[in-house]
Amino acid sequence: MPQLYLEALSTYASDIDNLILLIAVLVGFWFVLCEGIFFYFIFRFREKDGVRTEYITGENERHKRWISYPHILVLVCDLFILVGAIQVWYDIKQHLPEPHETVRIVGQQWAWTFVHPGPDHVLDTADDITTVNELHVEVGKVYHFKLEARDVLHSFSVPVFRLKQDAIPGRIITGWFEATGVGEYDIQCAEICGIGHGLMAARIFIESPESHAAWIAEKSPFQLAVTATASTIED
Amino acid sequence: MAEIVKPQTDQPESAQAHDAHAHHGEESFWSKYVFPTDHKMIAMQYMFTGMAMALIGGFMVYAFRMQLAFPGIDVPLYGVVTPNRYNALVTLHGTIMIFWVAMPVLIAAFGNFLIPLMIGCDDMVFPKVNRLSYQIFLLSAIVLVVSFFVEGGGFGGAWTAYPPLSAKAEYSQTGLGSSLWLVAVTLEFIAFLLGGINFVTTAMNARAPGMGMYDIPMVVWMIVIASVLFMASVGPLIAGAVMLFMDQNIGTAFFDPDKGGDPILWQHLFWFFGHPEVYVVLLPAMGISADIICTFARKQLFAYKTFLYTTFGTGVLSFTVWAHHQFVAGIDPRMANIFTVTTLLISIPIAEMCFIYIATLYGGSIRLTTPMLWALAFVAEFMIGGVTGIFLGASGADVYYHDTYFVLAHFHYTFFPIAIIGTFAGFTFWFPKMFGKMMNETLGKIHFWGTIIPFNCIFIPLFMLGSAGQHRRVYSYENFPDLAQPQFQDLRVFATISLLVMLGFQLVFFYNCFISWRKKEKDAGKNPWRSNTLEWVAESPPPHGNFPELPHCYRGPYEYGTPGREEDYFPQNLPA
Repeated sequence: MPQLYLEALSTYASDIDNLILLIAVLVGFWFVLCEGIFFYFIFRFREKDGVRTEYITGENERHKRWISYPHILVLVCDLFILVGAIQVWYDIKQHLPEPHETVRIVGQQWAWTFVHPGPDHVLDTADDITTVNELHVEVGKVYHFKLEARDVLHSFSVPVFRLKQDAIPGRIITGWFEATGVGEYDIQCAEICGIGHGLMAARIFIESPESHAAWIAEKSPFQLAVTATASTIED
Repeated sequence: MAEIVKPQTDQPESAQAHDAHAHHGEESFWSKYVFPTDHKMIAMQYMFTGMAMALIGGFMVYAFRMQLAFPGIDVPLYGVVTPNRYNALVTLHGTIMIFWVAMPVLIAAFGNFLIPLMIGCDDMVFPKVNRLSYQIFLLSAIVLVVSFFVEGGGFGGAWTAYPPLSAKAEYSQTGLGSSLWLVAVTLEFIAFLLGGINFVTTAMNARAPGMGMYDIPMVVWMIVIASVLFMASVGPLIAGAVMLFMDQNIGTAFFDPDKGGDPILWQHLFWFFGHPEVYVVLLPAMGISADIICTFARKQLFAYKTFLYTTFGTGVLSFTVWAHHQFVAGIDPRMANIFTVTTLLISIPIAEMCFIYIATLYGGSIRLTTPMLWALAFVAEFMIGGVTGIFLGASGADVYYHDTYFVLAHFHYTFFPIAIIGTFAGFTFWFPKMFGKMMNETLGKIHFWGTIIPFNCIFIPLFMLGSAGQHRRVYSYENFPDLAQPQFQDLRVFATISLLVMLGFQLVFFYNCFISWRKKEKDAGKNPWRSNTLEWVAESPPPHGNFPELPHCYRGPYEYGTPGREEDYFPQNLPA
């Protein structure tokens, strides 16, 4: 169960955790039942002197019921899991809510490049903020990401969001997330991408609106230019 | 035309060989041990080559698990595991264990040894094709091992070999290693295509008189179905392998997006084969367990026909689930819904087969010999692999679990029971038939518990690490602050120590094999387990030609506890 080990910090993270819990309960029931009967039979029907085995072919209906009824119950459990799985999947991958901001994420051997839209909140303008291995997002805002790869396959994985999406060279894949809590966490590359795969570590900084605004102000190309000019004048 | 005529020319040839028993004694060392056509000797060649490869694969896992537990350590007997060596080690560990251990041992070794003996004939229908199959297989194994030592090192793009990483030397840094890897895999597939033709033809056409379709022992059925699945699924992958080889070496661009190719095409070709492949190795292990469980529970296999038709159903369904490996790979998200449905459907036949094993035990008279322990452990452990698969087949949960250690632990809970537990089950069960001598039961049980307990101690922590978001194929987690926390490192160390314990206990197995094989007296007799199937009618070990007189089959393979009979078993060859 992921929530035992790390926080759930996106709007759909708890949906995934609940789906995992649902599956765990249903398959856990069958698992305990099957293993329980299996071991019970092993102990109960150990070889004893003078006791002959029962001759059961399992071919008549009266006996076959013991496997055909459970079989229907398994099908019912599968239906529950199916509905849950498709619902969660639809919300994450198929139905993208309207974004507040859009970021570009580019994987290459062996670093992540993040292009933030900057003060004007529009991507591909002069004030975009480009960083390497650092993604800064604001809590409570819907982000779309445009995921690209330069060379080989990579996979953009943020465990606290429960999010994963492969990046494919030659394609731009759009996905979304909305963070629900602040903090600093791992971003991994989850698809083997060569010798430096184990070095392809990035961090996500989920910030409050104030500190995110401060970060944008500090890093925006315009602000950097002003700072640089000011220091030149001072010299 | 020549191919069509061949079966008719080959079979009399082997039948003649059988008639002329005296002639066999004169076989030279070369024709008996190095270039044999006898199915039992070819089985031994496959068995020992597979076991030798298992030792190599096991050594690799030792090296990279040491690196994961103690990053940067100078691993005894290996040295420092650098990132490119790490990638090559995990890639070749996966490739070897599936293609050079599970396949040759479960399909080729047991198939070759058991099919002619269990259906009561003297040899494979195409003995020379059989010999060619092993020779190509041996060549493929040599090419694979050599690829590890060429300039640039072995291929390090994982056993799935996704392009563009596998397609271009500038990305993988292992140009020659990648090409040799592909050549080895392709040769290996050709070897198993030849073997598969033999298994299916022999089992369908050379059965003993009186042996109907429902009298065939389940393990033979399973190997036949597995061979059909393999032959039907491997074509696209061989085509893909040729395309990838051309992309690597002559500048084609089947998988190169810059020139109009598509890297995801490879994933479809690979997994269209790759998922049926899971069942290709699973089914023989299931058949081996079914036979052993029936023998030592002294019971009929519960609902033989249901088991058989369920297997057919599983086989057909296994061709419709492949894209569950690609949910987050960039395919159209709507496709995931279809593949979630098919994947969850396949849980039904597999659950049914587990129910059948359990039902078979009911009312039995169970004797816990070493082979029986292995067979029961196969069922018990495989169930863990089965139920954890549901988490991954459900698309919504796979968004998180994909490519984490949860996946790794899940498929080791399927492949380890299949390839390792299944092999030990079959090997200890048929050892008396193979060598005419019994293995030591005490040592067998020590080896069993010394393998099963550490096995669980290795992989349960990996489920936990996977749930914590630890992704695969990373040589050191020190670069990921969330994963580098000490409580996670403790789990890695625990898993590695358990591995060392498990590897250590394998010495008991080899010692047991050695002392049992060295025994002077052939103490097994023809039928030490009081089993029903036809291989137990032959001498132990069976001579070239197998049976002094080809047996006749009168009944199904699992007639234990038949009412009105003094003995609690009823061999297939005894007249009523």
